[in-house]
Amino acid sequence: MASPLLLAAAGEVGGDFFRERDVGDLCQAQPGHLFCWDWAKENIDRFGTPTVQHLQIVIPAILIGFAAAFALALLAHRIRWLQPPLLAATGILYTIPSIAFFFLLLPLTGLGRDTAIIVLAAYTLQIIFRNTILGLNNVPASVKDAARGMGFTSRQILWKVELPLAVPEIIAGLRVAVVSTIAIATLAVLISAGGLGTEMYGSNLNFPTAIIIAGAIVILMAFALDSILLLIQRLTTPWRRVSQA
Amino acid sequence: MAKGVPGVNSLPFASFIGAFEFIFSPQESNVTGGKKVGGFDKSVELLIKHLEVTLVALAIALVVALPLGLWLGHRGKGEQFAVGLSNAARAIPELAVIALVAVLIGVGLGNVAPVLAILGIPPILNNAYVGVQQVDRATVDAARGMGMSEMAIVRKVELPIAIPTVMGGIRSAAIAILATATIAPLAGVETLGDFIINRNVYGENGLLAGAILVALLALAIEGSLALLQRRLTSDGLKLKTV
Repeated sequence: MASPLLLAAAGEVGGDFFRERDVGDLCQAQPGHLFCWDWAKENIDRFGTPTVQHLQIVIPAILIGFAAAFALALLAHRIRWLQPPLLAATGILYTIPSIAFFFLLLPLTGLGRDTAIIVLAAYTLQIIFRNTILGLNNVPASVKDAARGMGFTSRQILWKVELPLAVPEIIAGLRVAVVSTIAIATLAVLISAGGLGTEMYGSNLNFPTAIIIAGAIVILMAFALDSILLLIQRLTTPWRRVSQA
Repeated sequence: MAKGVPGVNSLPFASFIGAFEFIFSPQESNVTGGKKVGGFDKSVELLIKHLEVTLVALAIALVVALPLGLWLGHRGKGEQFAVGLSNAARAIPELAVIALVAVLIGVGLGNVAPVLAILGIPPILNNAYVGVQQVDRATVDAARGMGMSEMAIVRKVELPIAIPTVMGGIRSAAIAILATATIAPLAGVETLGDFIINRNVYGENGLLAGAILVALLALAIEGSLALLQRRLTSDGLKLKTV
Protein backbone atom coordinates (compact mmCIF):
# COMPACT_ATOMS: atom_id res chain seq x y z
CA MET A 1 0.00 0.00 0.00
CA ALA A 2 1.35 3.38 -0.93
CA SER A 3 1.86 5.76 1.92
CA PRO A 4 0.64 9.36 1.64
CA LEU A 5 4.25 10.45 1.72
CA LEU A 6 5.10 8.39 -1.38
CA LEU A 7 2.05 9.71 -3.17
CA ALA A 8 3.13 13.23 -2.36
CA ALA A 9 6.65 12.45 -3.57
CA ALA A 10 5.21 11.18 -6.85
CA GLY A 11 3.78 14.62 -7.47
CA GLU A 12 0.34 15.81 -8.52
CA VAL A 13 -0.23 17.46 -5.16
CA GLY A 14 -3.00 19.92 -5.95
CA GLY A 15 -2.02 19.88 -9.60
CA ASP A 16 1.27 21.46 -8.66
CA PHE A 17 4.35 19.39 -9.34
CA PHE A 18 6.77 21.53 -7.41
CA ARG A 19 8.03 20.95 -3.91
CA GLU A 20 5.93 22.35 -1.17
CA ARG A 21 7.93 24.09 1.48
CA ASP A 22 7.13 25.65 4.74
CA VAL A 23 8.07 29.25 4.83
CA GLY A 24 8.43 29.70 8.56
CA ASP A 25 5.92 31.25 10.91
CA LEU A 26 7.93 34.39 11.32
CA CYS A 27 7.67 35.39 7.67
CA GLN A 28 4.09 34.32 7.21
CA ALA A 29 3.06 36.57 10.07
CA GLN A 30 3.82 39.61 7.89
CA PRO A 31 2.56 38.95 4.35
CA GLY A 32 3.88 42.16 2.83
CA HIS A 33 7.49 41.45 3.78
CA LEU A 34 10.15 42.03 1.17
CA PHE A 35 12.98 39.95 2.55
CA CYS A 36 13.01 37.66 5.54
CA TRP A 37 16.54 37.40 6.94
CA ASP A 38 15.64 34.74 9.48
CA TRP A 39 14.33 32.41 6.81
CA ALA A 40 17.30 33.19 4.56
CA LYS A 41 19.81 32.31 7.29
CA GLU A 42 18.15 29.02 8.09
CA ASN A 43 17.43 27.94 4.54
CA ILE A 44 20.36 29.13 2.47
CA ASP A 45 21.61 25.57 1.94
CA ARG A 46 18.42 24.60 0.09
CA PHE A 47 19.69 26.68 -2.84
CA GLY A 48 22.69 24.38 -3.36
CA THR A 49 20.96 21.71 -5.40
CA PRO A 50 19.08 24.16 -7.68
CA THR A 51 22.34 26.03 -8.30
CA VAL A 52 24.08 22.82 -9.36
CA GLN A 53 21.10 21.86 -11.53
CA HIS A 54 21.21 25.32 -13.10
CA LEU A 55 24.84 24.82 -14.07
CA GLN A 56 24.02 21.33 -15.36
CA ILE A 57 21.61 22.94 -17.81
CA VAL A 58 23.64 26.03 -18.72
CA ILE A 59 27.10 24.53 -19.25
CA PRO A 60 26.12 21.70 -21.64
CA ALA A 61 23.85 24.15 -23.51
CA ILE A 62 26.71 26.61 -23.97
CA LEU A 63 29.19 23.92 -25.00
CA ILE A 64 26.80 22.36 -27.53
CA GLY A 65 25.68 25.75 -28.82
CA PHE A 66 29.26 26.96 -29.18
CA ALA A 67 30.42 23.79 -30.95
CA ALA A 68 27.52 23.94 -33.40
CA ALA A 69 27.70 27.68 -34.05
CA PHE A 70 31.48 27.61 -34.41
CA ALA A 71 31.33 24.72 -36.90
CA LEU A 72 28.60 26.50 -38.87
CA ALA A 73 30.63 29.71 -38.88
CA LEU A 74 33.73 27.93 -40.23
CA LEU A 75 31.58 26.32 -42.90
CA ALA A 76 29.99 29.65 -43.84
CA HIS A 77 33.42 31.27 -43.83
CA ARG A 78 34.53 28.86 -46.54
CA ILE A 79 31.24 28.75 -48.44
CA ARG A 80 30.28 32.41 -48.45
CA TRP A 81 26.77 32.14 -49.86
CA LEU A 82 25.74 30.12 -46.78
CA GLN A 83 26.06 33.19 -44.56
CA PRO A 84 22.70 34.91 -45.21
CA PRO A 85 20.55 31.75 -44.97
CA LEU A 86 22.34 30.56 -41.82
CA LEU A 87 21.98 33.99 -40.22
CA ALA A 88 18.27 33.97 -41.06
CA ALA A 89 17.76 30.43 -39.75
CA THR A 90 19.55 31.04 -36.44
CA GLY A 91 17.68 34.36 -36.23
CA ILE A 92 14.34 32.56 -36.40
CA LEU A 93 15.41 30.20 -33.60
CA TYR A 94 16.44 33.22 -31.57
CA THR A 95 13.11 34.97 -32.16
CA ILE A 96 10.91 32.18 -30.79
CA PRO A 97 10.34 32.93 -27.10
CA SER A 98 12.01 30.35 -24.89
CA ILE A 99 8.82 29.22 -23.14
CA ALA A 100 7.13 28.56 -26.47
CA PHE A 101 10.25 26.75 -27.64
CA PHE A 102 10.24 24.50 -24.55
CA PHE A 103 6.68 23.38 -25.14
CA LEU A 104 7.02 23.04 -28.90
CA LEU A 105 9.76 20.49 -28.26
CA LEU A 106 7.83 18.73 -25.52
CA PRO A 107 6.07 16.20 -27.80
CA LEU A 108 9.45 15.29 -29.27
CA THR A 109 11.85 15.32 -26.34
CA GLY A 110 9.62 15.24 -23.25
CA LEU A 111 9.94 16.95 -19.92
CA GLY A 112 13.27 17.49 -18.26
CA ARG A 113 16.82 18.63 -18.67
CA ASP A 114 17.43 17.45 -22.26
CA THR A 115 14.71 19.70 -23.65
CA ALA A 116 16.03 22.66 -21.68
CA ILE A 117 19.57 22.07 -22.95
CA ILE A 118 18.42 21.78 -26.58
CA VAL A 119 16.40 25.00 -26.41
CA LEU A 120 19.12 27.01 -24.68
CA ALA A 121 21.77 25.68 -27.06
CA ALA A 122 19.58 26.72 -30.00
CA TYR A 123 19.37 30.20 -28.48
CA THR A 124 23.12 30.68 -28.36
CA LEU A 125 23.57 29.78 -32.06
CA GLN A 126 22.61 33.17 -33.47
CA ILE A 127 24.84 35.35 -31.34
CA ILE A 128 27.91 33.07 -31.46
CA PHE A 129 27.54 32.38 -35.19
CA ARG A 130 27.09 36.06 -36.02
CA ASN A 131 30.02 37.21 -33.93
CA THR A 132 32.36 34.51 -35.22
CA ILE A 133 31.54 35.43 -38.82
CA LEU A 134 31.94 39.11 -37.96
CA GLY A 135 35.32 38.47 -36.34
CA LEU A 136 36.58 36.44 -39.30
CA ASN A 137 35.34 39.03 -41.81
CA ASN A 138 37.05 41.82 -39.88
CA VAL A 139 40.51 40.31 -40.34
CA PRO A 140 42.34 42.74 -42.67
CA ALA A 141 43.04 41.34 -46.14
CA SER A 142 46.63 42.60 -45.90
CA VAL A 143 47.26 40.33 -42.91
CA LYS A 144 46.00 37.32 -44.84
CA ASP A 145 48.09 38.32 -47.85
CA ALA A 146 51.16 38.55 -45.65
CA ALA A 147 50.47 35.09 -44.24
CA ARG A 148 49.99 33.69 -47.74
CA GLY A 149 53.22 35.33 -48.81
CA MET A 150 55.00 33.57 -45.96
CA GLY A 151 53.79 30.27 -47.40
CA PHE A 152 50.84 29.55 -45.12
CA THR A 153 48.19 27.20 -46.47
CA SER A 154 44.51 28.22 -46.27
CA ARG A 155 44.08 25.97 -43.25
CA GLN A 156 47.06 27.51 -41.48
CA ILE A 157 45.77 31.00 -42.24
CA LEU A 158 42.42 30.10 -40.71
CA TRP A 159 43.76 28.56 -37.50
CA LYS A 160 46.91 30.61 -36.94
CA VAL A 161 45.93 34.04 -38.28
CA GLU A 162 42.20 34.56 -38.77
CA LEU A 163 40.80 32.77 -35.71
CA PRO A 164 43.26 34.25 -33.20
CA LEU A 165 42.49 37.73 -34.53
CA ALA A 166 38.76 37.00 -34.29
CA VAL A 167 38.98 35.92 -30.63
CA PRO A 168 37.71 39.24 -29.20
CA GLU A 169 34.52 39.12 -31.29
CA ILE A 170 34.00 35.40 -30.66
CA ILE A 171 34.35 35.87 -26.91
CA ALA A 172 32.12 38.94 -26.98
CA GLY A 173 29.41 36.77 -28.54
CA LEU A 174 30.05 33.98 -26.08
CA ARG A 175 29.72 36.38 -23.15
CA VAL A 176 26.32 37.61 -24.31
CA ALA A 177 25.24 34.00 -24.91
CA VAL A 178 26.41 32.83 -21.47
CA VAL A 179 24.81 35.68 -19.54
CA SER A 180 21.44 35.44 -21.29
CA THR A 181 21.44 31.62 -21.13
CA ILE A 182 21.91 31.72 -17.36
CA ALA A 183 18.96 34.10 -17.03
CA ILE A 184 16.68 32.17 -19.39
CA ALA A 185 17.51 28.83 -17.74
CA THR A 186 15.32 29.90 -14.79
CA LEU A 187 12.34 29.16 -17.05
CA ALA A 188 13.42 25.52 -17.29
CA VAL A 189 11.35 24.95 -14.15
CA LEU A 190 8.27 25.06 -16.40
CA ILE A 191 9.34 21.81 -18.03
CA SER A 192 10.47 20.18 -14.77
CA ALA A 193 14.15 20.55 -15.62
CA GLY A 194 15.04 21.97 -12.19
CA GLY A 195 17.46 24.83 -11.72
CA LEU A 196 17.13 28.05 -9.78
CA GLY A 197 13.69 28.67 -11.29
CA THR A 198 12.34 26.06 -8.86
CA GLU A 199 12.92 28.56 -6.06
CA MET A 200 10.89 31.24 -7.87
CA TYR A 201 7.90 29.21 -8.99
CA GLY A 202 5.21 26.95 -7.64
CA SER A 203 4.78 27.37 -3.92
CA ASN A 204 7.44 30.09 -3.91
CA LEU A 205 5.57 32.42 -6.28
CA ASN A 206 4.27 34.43 -3.34
CA PHE A 207 7.46 34.34 -1.33
CA PRO A 208 9.81 37.21 -2.26
CA THR A 209 12.68 36.07 -0.03
CA ALA A 210 13.26 32.85 -1.98
CA ILE A 211 12.76 34.63 -5.32
CA ILE A 212 15.26 37.33 -4.42
CA ILE A 213 17.91 34.87 -3.21
CA ALA A 214 17.50 32.68 -6.29
CA GLY A 215 17.55 35.75 -8.54
CA ALA A 216 20.70 37.00 -6.85
CA ILE A 217 22.41 33.62 -7.37
CA VAL A 218 21.45 33.76 -11.07
CA ILE A 219 22.95 37.24 -11.44
CA LEU A 220 26.11 36.29 -9.51
CA MET A 221 26.53 33.17 -11.63
CA ALA A 222 26.21 35.26 -14.79
CA PHE A 223 28.73 37.76 -13.47
CA ALA A 224 31.18 35.00 -12.47
CA LEU A 225 31.08 33.15 -15.81
CA ASP A 226 31.26 36.47 -17.66
CA SER A 227 34.42 37.39 -15.73
CA ILE A 228 35.98 34.00 -16.51
CA LEU A 229 35.36 34.56 -20.23
CA LEU A 230 36.85 38.04 -20.03
CA LEU A 231 39.93 36.52 -18.38
CA ILE A 232 40.17 33.92 -21.15
CA GLN A 233 40.03 36.70 -23.70
CA ARG A 234 42.85 38.57 -21.96
CA LEU A 235 44.97 35.42 -21.86
CA THR A 236 44.37 34.45 -25.49
CA THR A 237 44.99 37.90 -26.97
CA PRO A 238 48.26 39.10 -25.40
CA TRP A 239 48.93 41.51 -28.30
CA ARG A 240 45.87 43.58 -27.40
CA ARG A 241 47.25 44.23 -23.92
CA VAL A 242 50.50 45.44 -25.40
CA SER A 243 48.87 47.82 -27.83
CA GLN A 244 46.50 49.16 -25.19
CA ALA A 245 49.28 49.88 -22.72
CA MET B 1 11.30 16.50 -7.36
CA ALA B 2 8.24 14.85 -8.80
CA LYS B 3 8.02 14.70 -12.54
CA GLY B 4 5.35 15.81 -14.71
CA VAL B 5 1.86 16.39 -15.82
CA PRO B 6 0.17 13.06 -16.54
CA GLY B 7 0.69 11.93 -20.08
CA VAL B 8 2.92 14.75 -21.25
CA ASN B 9 5.93 12.47 -21.37
CA SER B 10 4.15 10.18 -23.78
CA LEU B 11 2.83 12.89 -26.10
CA PRO B 12 2.88 11.57 -29.64
CA PHE B 13 3.86 13.67 -32.62
CA ALA B 14 0.17 13.82 -33.54
CA SER B 15 -0.40 16.09 -30.56
CA PHE B 16 0.37 19.02 -32.84
CA ILE B 17 -2.89 18.25 -34.63
CA GLY B 18 -4.70 18.31 -31.30
CA ALA B 19 -3.14 21.67 -30.56
CA PHE B 20 -4.36 23.15 -33.85
CA GLU B 21 -7.86 21.80 -33.19
CA PHE B 22 -7.70 23.46 -29.77
CA ILE B 23 -6.90 26.82 -31.35
CA PHE B 24 -9.88 26.76 -33.70
CA SER B 25 -12.64 25.02 -31.77
CA PRO B 26 -13.17 24.38 -28.05
CA GLN B 27 -11.99 20.95 -26.97
CA GLU B 28 -12.65 18.71 -24.03
CA SER B 29 -9.55 18.90 -21.94
CA ASN B 30 -7.91 15.83 -20.46
CA VAL B 31 -7.89 17.52 -17.07
CA THR B 32 -11.25 19.27 -16.68
CA GLY B 33 -13.59 16.33 -16.86
CA GLY B 34 -15.57 17.01 -20.02
CA LYS B 35 -15.70 20.80 -19.85
CA LYS B 36 -14.81 22.40 -23.17
CA VAL B 37 -11.91 24.85 -23.14
CA GLY B 38 -9.93 26.84 -25.68
CA GLY B 39 -11.28 27.54 -29.13
CA PHE B 40 -10.95 30.37 -31.61
CA ASP B 41 -12.62 33.10 -29.56
CA LYS B 42 -10.50 32.38 -26.49
CA SER B 43 -7.33 32.21 -28.60
CA VAL B 44 -8.08 35.56 -30.24
CA GLU B 45 -8.93 37.10 -26.87
CA LEU B 46 -5.61 36.02 -25.37
CA LEU B 47 -3.71 36.96 -28.53
CA ILE B 48 -5.11 40.49 -28.42
CA LYS B 49 -4.25 40.80 -24.74
CA HIS B 50 -0.73 39.54 -25.42
CA LEU B 51 -0.33 42.08 -28.22
CA GLU B 52 -1.79 44.84 -26.05
CA VAL B 53 0.63 44.24 -23.15
CA THR B 54 3.55 44.00 -25.55
CA LEU B 55 2.70 47.21 -27.41
CA VAL B 56 1.97 49.22 -24.25
CA ALA B 57 5.25 48.08 -22.67
CA LEU B 58 7.17 48.71 -25.90
CA ALA B 59 5.66 52.20 -26.17
CA ILE B 60 6.73 53.04 -22.61
CA ALA B 61 10.22 51.69 -23.27
CA LEU B 62 10.47 53.75 -26.49
CA VAL B 63 9.35 56.96 -24.84
CA VAL B 64 11.92 56.54 -22.07
CA ALA B 65 14.90 55.03 -23.89
CA LEU B 66 14.87 56.36 -27.45
CA PRO B 67 15.27 60.12 -26.79
CA LEU B 68 17.79 59.42 -24.04
CA GLY B 69 19.84 57.05 -26.20
CA LEU B 70 19.79 59.39 -29.20
CA TRP B 71 20.83 62.35 -27.07
CA LEU B 72 23.62 60.47 -25.27
CA GLY B 73 24.86 59.17 -28.62
CA HIS B 74 24.76 62.67 -30.08
CA ARG B 75 26.79 64.05 -27.19
CA GLY B 76 29.03 60.98 -27.18
CA LYS B 77 28.57 60.76 -23.44
CA GLY B 78 27.40 58.05 -21.10
CA GLU B 79 28.72 55.05 -23.00
CA GLN B 80 29.35 53.23 -19.72
CA PHE B 81 25.74 53.85 -18.78
CA ALA B 82 24.05 52.97 -22.07
CA VAL B 83 26.18 49.97 -23.02
CA GLY B 84 26.83 48.75 -19.48
CA LEU B 85 23.15 48.83 -18.58
CA SER B 86 22.24 46.70 -21.57
CA ASN B 87 24.93 44.13 -20.72
CA ALA B 88 23.94 43.95 -17.07
CA ALA B 89 20.22 43.72 -17.87
CA ARG B 90 20.72 40.45 -19.74
CA ALA B 91 21.51 38.72 -16.46
CA ILE B 92 18.12 39.54 -14.91
CA PRO B 93 15.91 36.43 -14.71
CA GLU B 94 12.46 37.33 -16.13
CA LEU B 95 10.69 34.78 -13.97
CA ALA B 96 11.93 36.49 -10.81
CA VAL B 97 10.86 39.89 -12.16
CA ILE B 98 7.30 38.81 -12.93
CA ALA B 99 6.93 36.87 -9.68
CA LEU B 100 8.14 39.86 -7.66
CA VAL B 101 5.83 42.27 -9.50
CA ALA B 102 2.86 40.14 -8.59
CA VAL B 103 3.77 39.99 -4.89
CA LEU B 104 5.28 43.39 -4.27
CA ILE B 105 3.62 45.78 -6.72
CA GLY B 106 0.39 44.12 -7.69
CA VAL B 107 -1.33 42.30 -10.53
CA GLY B 108 -2.91 43.59 -13.72
CA LEU B 109 -1.90 45.35 -16.92
CA GLY B 110 -1.15 48.67 -15.20
CA ASN B 111 1.51 47.02 -13.04
CA VAL B 112 2.89 44.49 -15.49
CA ALA B 113 3.32 46.73 -18.56
CA PRO B 114 5.70 49.26 -16.92
CA VAL B 115 7.81 46.40 -15.55
CA LEU B 116 7.94 44.69 -18.95
CA ALA B 117 8.96 48.07 -20.35
CA ILE B 118 12.04 47.94 -18.12
CA LEU B 119 13.15 44.83 -20.05
CA GLY B 120 12.82 46.76 -23.31
CA ILE B 121 14.75 49.84 -22.22
CA PRO B 122 18.35 48.47 -22.25
CA PRO B 123 18.44 47.22 -25.87
CA ILE B 124 16.73 50.37 -27.21
CA LEU B 125 19.03 52.65 -25.20
CA ASN B 126 22.15 50.72 -26.17
CA ASN B 127 21.39 50.58 -29.89
CA ALA B 128 20.22 54.20 -30.10
CA TYR B 129 23.46 55.24 -28.43
CA VAL B 130 25.70 53.04 -30.58
CA GLY B 131 23.84 53.85 -33.81
CA VAL B 132 24.07 57.62 -33.39
CA GLN B 133 27.56 57.56 -31.98
CA GLN B 134 28.82 55.65 -35.03
CA VAL B 135 27.61 58.31 -37.45
CA ASP B 136 30.60 59.84 -39.20
CA ARG B 137 31.59 63.00 -37.28
CA ALA B 138 32.42 64.72 -40.58
CA THR B 139 28.78 64.32 -41.62
CA VAL B 140 27.63 65.86 -38.36
CA ASP B 141 30.10 68.74 -38.72
CA ALA B 142 28.83 69.37 -42.24
CA ALA B 143 25.26 69.55 -40.94
CA ARG B 144 26.35 71.92 -38.20
CA GLY B 145 28.18 74.06 -40.76
CA MET B 146 24.98 74.31 -42.78
CA GLY B 147 23.40 75.95 -39.74
CA MET B 148 21.30 73.03 -38.45
CA SER B 149 20.38 73.13 -34.78
CA GLU B 150 21.55 70.28 -32.56
CA MET B 151 17.97 69.00 -32.44
CA ALA B 152 17.73 69.04 -36.22
CA ILE B 153 21.05 67.23 -36.53
CA VAL B 154 19.77 64.39 -34.37
CA ARG B 155 16.41 64.20 -36.16
CA LYS B 156 17.40 64.80 -39.76
CA VAL B 157 20.96 63.47 -39.99
CA GLU B 158 21.94 61.11 -37.22
CA LEU B 159 18.66 59.24 -36.73
CA PRO B 160 18.10 58.42 -40.42
CA ILE B 161 21.67 57.12 -40.74
CA ALA B 162 21.36 55.15 -37.50
CA ILE B 163 17.95 53.63 -38.35
CA PRO B 164 19.16 50.05 -38.97
CA THR B 165 20.92 49.93 -35.58
CA VAL B 166 18.12 51.75 -33.77
CA MET B 167 15.52 49.42 -35.24
CA GLY B 168 17.66 46.43 -34.29
CA GLY B 169 17.38 47.53 -30.67
CA ILE B 170 13.62 48.04 -30.96
CA ARG B 171 13.25 44.55 -32.43
CA SER B 172 15.24 42.99 -29.58
CA ALA B 173 13.14 44.92 -27.08
CA ALA B 174 9.87 43.86 -28.72
CA ILE B 175 10.87 40.19 -28.67
CA ALA B 176 12.12 40.35 -25.08
CA ILE B 177 8.86 41.98 -23.94
CA LEU B 178 6.70 39.61 -25.94
CA ALA B 179 8.57 36.59 -24.61
CA THR B 180 8.26 37.72 -21.02
CA ALA B 181 4.59 38.60 -21.51
CA THR B 182 4.13 34.83 -21.85
CA ILE B 183 4.55 34.47 -18.09
CA ALA B 184 2.40 37.55 -17.37
CA PRO B 185 -0.56 35.32 -16.31
CA LEU B 186 1.48 34.78 -13.12
CA ALA B 187 0.81 38.47 -12.45
CA GLY B 188 -2.84 38.41 -13.44
CA VAL B 189 -2.63 39.45 -17.10
CA GLU B 190 -4.20 36.80 -19.30
CA THR B 191 -1.88 36.58 -22.28
CA LEU B 192 -1.35 33.57 -24.54
CA GLY B 193 0.84 32.23 -21.75
CA ASP B 194 -2.40 31.44 -19.90
CA PHE B 195 -2.70 28.29 -22.06
CA ILE B 196 0.75 27.29 -20.83
CA ILE B 197 0.75 28.44 -17.21
CA ASN B 198 -2.73 27.13 -16.44
CA ARG B 199 -2.18 23.72 -17.87
CA ASN B 200 -4.53 22.21 -15.32
CA VAL B 201 -7.34 24.15 -17.03
CA TYR B 202 -6.43 23.79 -20.69
CA GLY B 203 -4.66 20.43 -20.74
CA GLU B 204 -1.98 19.16 -23.09
CA ASN B 205 -3.53 20.56 -26.26
CA GLY B 206 -3.68 24.00 -24.69
CA LEU B 207 -0.06 23.77 -23.64
CA LEU B 208 1.09 23.15 -27.17
CA ALA B 209 -1.45 25.56 -28.69
CA GLY B 210 -0.11 28.33 -26.45
CA ALA B 211 3.45 27.56 -27.51
CA ILE B 212 2.50 27.60 -31.20
CA LEU B 213 0.59 30.88 -30.92
CA VAL B 214 3.35 32.62 -28.94
CA ALA B 215 5.98 31.48 -31.44
CA LEU B 216 3.89 32.62 -34.43
CA LEU B 217 3.16 35.96 -32.78
CA ALA B 218 6.86 36.52 -32.12
CA LEU B 219 7.76 35.71 -35.72
CA ALA B 220 4.97 37.98 -36.99
CA ILE B 221 6.12 40.91 -34.84
CA GLU B 222 9.75 40.39 -35.80
CA GLY B 223 8.74 40.19 -39.48
CA SER B 224 6.62 43.36 -39.31
CA LEU B 225 9.38 45.30 -37.58
CA ALA B 226 11.90 44.08 -40.17
CA LEU B 227 9.57 45.36 -42.91
CA LEU B 228 9.15 48.65 -41.08
CA GLN B 229 12.93 48.91 -40.82
CA ARG B 230 13.25 48.47 -44.60
CA ARG B 231 10.69 51.19 -45.19
CA LEU B 232 12.33 53.59 -42.75
CA THR B 233 15.84 53.07 -44.08
CA SER B 234 16.62 55.62 -46.76
CA ASP B 235 17.26 54.26 -50.24
CA GLY B 236 20.78 55.64 -50.28
CA LEU B 237 21.74 53.58 -47.24
CA LYS B 238 20.20 50.43 -48.71
CA LEU B 239 22.48 50.75 -51.74
CA LYS B 240 25.49 51.12 -49.48
CA THR B 241 24.87 47.90 -47.59
CA VAL B 242 24.54 45.75 -50.73
